[in-house]
Amino acid sequence: MNSYWLGVSTLAGIYLIATLGISILTGFTGLFSLGHAGFMCIGAYASAVATKMLGVPFYIGLIFSIIASVIVGYFVGYATLRLRGDYFVITTFALGEIVKLVIENMVTITGGAKGMPDVKPGTTFQVVLILDIIVILLLVNFLKSKYGRNCIAIREEEMAAKIIGIDVMKYKMTALLISCALCGLAGGLLAHYMHYLHPNMFNMAKSNELIVMVILGGQGSLTGTTVATIALVFLPELLRIGAAQEWRMFAYGVLVVLIIVLKPSGLFGNRELNLKGIVSPFKKLSSKTQGGK
Amino acid sequence: MLVQQIITGLSVGGIYALMAVGYSLIYSLLNFTNFAHGLAVTAGAYIGFFVLSRMSNLFIALIMGIIVGGLVSSLIETIAYRPMLNKNAKRIYLIIAGAGVSTAGENLIIILFTGRFKAYPNVSGLEPIKILGATIGKVDIIMLIACIITLILVEVLLQKTKIGLAIRGAAFDLDVTSIMGVNVKQLILFVFMLAGSLAGLSGYFLGMKYTAYPMLGQMTNKAFISAVLGGLGSIQGAVVGSFLLGISETLISAYISSSMRDIFSFSILIVVLIFRPNGIMGKNVEDKA
Repeated sequence: MNSYWLGVSTLAGIYLIATLGISILTGFTGLFSLGHAGFMCIGAYASAVATKMLGVPFYIGLIFSIIASVIVGYFVGYATLRLRGDYFVITTFALGEIVKLVIENMVTITGGAKGMPDVKPGTTFQVVLILDIIVILLLVNFLKSKYGRNCIAIREEEMAAKIIGIDVMKYKMTALLISCALCGLAGGLLAHYMHYLHPNMFNMAKSNELIVMVILGGQGSLTGTTVATIALVFLPELLRIGAAQEWRMFAYGVLVVLIIVLKPSGLFGNRELNLKGIVSPFKKLSSKTQGGK
Repeated sequence: MLVQQIITGLSVGGIYALMAVGYSLIYSLLNFTNFAHGLAVTAGAYIGFFVLSRMSNLFIALIMGIIVGGLVSSLIETIAYRPMLNKNAKRIYLIIAGAGVSTAGENLIIILFTGRFKAYPNVSGLEPIKILGATIGKVDIIMLIACIITLILVEVLLQKTKIGLAIRGAAFDLDVTSIMGVNVKQLILFVFMLAGSLAGLSGYFLGMKYTAYPMLGQMTNKAFISAVLGGLGSIQGAVVGSFLLGISETLISAYISSSMRDIFSFSILIVVLIFRPNGIMGKNVEDKA
């Protein structure tokens, strides 16, 4: 594989970690966030600053990313998860903006609006691939467990979940912290992949892109999120319309509206890719041909 | 100097109030955050620019801003929200759709009109005047007066007219109001049109004050914050919150630093949500378990 497509694949893998986090938050727990690029931003700058100023190695920098995002996420969650969903949306939206503004203002540490060059390299395709696999395995386990079921229950009907005794706040917070950790990790990986950081890399458009990938893939399906993320990272490269950001964002916006209005369950709905799903159509086919004798 | 800042703050607050009232109306009725509200604002700003480029009549531009704002908002309701409202979809889908419309619309404006700032052509008769020893722009005073008049008109509409009664009833409980014989679908369209008109007017003022640019819709974030500050679900609260936010923003910008202004506003939001989620005048309505 030549290095260009390797690069695109690495990028897709990085975004995949972030969108899987968003998938847990929005797709499986029903919390809609319009500012999660802010957590990517926190993670990115945390790792970049740590590796630059404290001289820590790349992997420790990533740990910084995760911790920083989780801490901020905890405060946001504490403030807003007790309240109605709308407040959470507005707050995450505000958070995305605040993070950008704060980073822009901390000029001495982060370079502010001039950007931060010379971030240590460290992200390679292999690293991203391994992390992707680990994350997917962890999340599949999470979803199959009690945690996953409770999150889905909260998404479907929060009042009923409360009534049967689910500690809604705890599970919402868990989902939020997972998504923050993963977005932070993705941000850190991005920083060490791009070797350059600028607050505008994590603006509202980026948050929107993350959301689109989850909605398109289907709320409630990790497979859907994976497919959609890979598609939406590769497609602009294949079609070479990545240069016209406005056209791409316009298309994203229209796509989101179309999906929500026409097929809110997205591409995969809540179906996952599994062995049974692949084998059973064949079984059905063979039984039909036998029965139709 | 302080008087000048307060008057500026009031005029900014008035603009926020126009947006916040529209947003609050939609929220009271339908219980969701209309992220596409910013589009009506931007539309009003651009129409004002186009009209003023061709003729120097401020008033016509104002009326056109109002009309276009209302049209854009109604269009959004019909295309993006109504199919889901009819299916009684979960509110989160409406929010997502609104965010999608907002993204698409902003970028469409960039594509059609470029991202450049469009300054309103020089309009005469708007030099600063002196009151109480402070230099205040005539523009600010006119905007403030226009905002106050509009807000009073909206309040009169809500309290004294039949349709205002319907709106208040629907804000209290949409389903019961429809049982009482109100055509709720038409009412929703009307409310969107009203909110859009207010947004278009505020867009016109914003365009006049700050030039018209595609991201102008982001000003509605301040409207969200004002509405939360004043209390979601209360129209009067939205107005109070807006003026408070406008004044405090201006004071922070003048006396501390202008880059802190937005950080301050968004932080206010988080503080309010932690300590007093109902805002100043909000009503706490929860589903009965």
